[in-house]
Amino acid sequence: MGRTVAEKIIASHCNAAVQAGDIALCNVDFLMATDTTAPIAITAFHEMGGKDVVRPENVAFVIDHAAPCPTQKIAQLHAIMRKFASQQGIVLYDVGEGICHQLVAENGYIKPGDLAIGADSHTCTYGAQGALATGVGSTELAATMLTGKVWLKVPESFRITFRGQLPAGVYAKDLVLYLIGRLGSDGASYKSLEFYGDSLEGMALADKLTICNMVVEAGAKNGVICDSTTGMRHDPGARFAAEFDIDLSALEPYVAAPHSVDNAMRVSELESVEIQQGFIGSCTNGRIEDLRVAAEILAGRRIAAGVRLYIIPASKRVFLQAIREGLVEALTEAGGVFITSGCGPCVGTHNGIPGDGDTVISSSNRNFKGRMGNNQALIYLASPATVAASVLSGRITDPRRVR
Amino acid sequence: MLLQGKVLKYGDNVDTDAIIAGKYTKTLDLQDLADHAMEDLDPDFRTRLKPGDFMVAGKNFGCGSSREQAPIALKQAGVACVVARAFARIFYRNAINIGLPLVECDVDAIGEGDILQYELGGDRLLNLTRNGNIPIRTLPDIMVAILTEGGLVNYLKRFGSYRM
Repeated sequence: MGRTVAEKIIASHCNAAVQAGDIALCNVDFLMATDTTAPIAITAFHEMGGKDVVRPENVAFVIDHAAPCPTQKIAQLHAIMRKFASQQGIVLYDVGEGICHQLVAENGYIKPGDLAIGADSHTCTYGAQGALATGVGSTELAATMLTGKVWLKVPESFRITFRGQLPAGVYAKDLVLYLIGRLGSDGASYKSLEFYGDSLEGMALADKLTICNMVVEAGAKNGVICDSTTGMRHDPGARFAAEFDIDLSALEPYVAAPHSVDNAMRVSELESVEIQQGFIGSCTNGRIEDLRVAAEILAGRRIAAGVRLYIIPASKRVFLQAIREGLVEALTEAGGVFITSGCGPCVGTHNGIPGDGDTVISSSNRNFKGRMGNNQALIYLASPATVAASVLSGRITDPRRVR
Repeated sequence: MLLQGKVLKYGDNVDTDAIIAGKYTKTLDLQDLADHAMEDLDPDFRTRLKPGDFMVAGKNFGCGSSREQAPIALKQAGVACVVARAFARIFYRNAINIGLPLVECDVDAIGEGDILQYELGGDRLLNLTRNGNIPIRTLPDIMVAILTEGGLVNYLKRFGSYRM
């Protein structure tokens, strides 16, 4: 019987012929944990009786969720991570190096066909480079550091085909917001999403990372890009639980309205909404391509009075590139505030928590109530272009009208 | 293990940010987590919940972040079991791994304040208040084994590796 990409990757990591629905004990190629999840994982590892991490060279720790450290208590957690990483020979990316998923993508940890897990739900991002990658919790991560293995249910798969090219002013973020709106917040629960189609050929890696990053917002276990760059492809006759065909040329800018990511609306339906804060950053949309798009719209202009714009490059490498290209200067002169690379406001830790009644337009991935640290704020999710156009006018704005 | 408790009922799509907000997750003190459990969605949760109570919810319970602090906060606050129409997958794994029992079943015939009874590993959920007998989705063996040990830490402490 033909196999899906998920069935093929899991089979190759458990040395058994498996199919959707089976539970398989798999060897893991790469593990990642952050400062939200690693401290609990380290405690669990010791409690399990762990002494030495299996293959520490395949593990990366990243301090990004609360970086630079905002409190004394969190500083102790960071210290625990540094000590454990140093003892075990695990690479640790410290404050300011970047957001975990961007660092994994930049530093070549993933190859097509790999099985990767991370103690962060957006670990699914690595499907852009052809891996089966999925989020787990801290204890699971600890168990994998101890045993080198993780048990997985072999997921059913959706085949999603992208055809044609996105129109000017419409981005991968709009595509994925549209897709999540169509699937629903649990429409792909436990599923593997396989992405195919001519649109992927020539698509920037940044865009594929944005797409795979957000598949978890529809409940998916993972998403994987199946094109000539990854070489991943299902067998003839593989069985899919559902198939979708999306014509990219027909898409418009989309915005996810509060308080759920699947609440995707055309930007034209929301253009009267006033905003007080914009955010460009996160593992979804903080890459150099995103900063270029924002600068294209904002250079030589000034954001609206009474509006704040926070910008967080996804990594130090992105930040340095943005400096070299003059983007930092252009965006700062337009009224933007650059913050050290990390997760901060997206996850509501620090560095840009909105006030009561504030409306935020954000290039990040979640708009749950309280997500940014204040349950009295409203969060709209959009592409960096829509965020840039909106901070310029002070209300949600279609970027195609500003350029 | 026989669990029995009173129901606190919630709706669909209770996300992990609602269970424990990101700003409270950076701690190893489990009581810190319990103190802020559910506070954005149900500010009275901590006073309403009695140890051993069951949380009952709709679909997609635990969607969002992979933070294991979410099931830990509920367990530490005293929740004995979470019953939902369906769970988001990472929360599901995390709850099993930290030893918080889960039940997936139809929740229409369960109301706020009902008394539920569940035998860990069983295929039924009893609603003692309404004399209900609700079929549930049974757990795979590996999950029953982990829950029986009280979570993955104890499981691996005992066995050293996965038995499957």
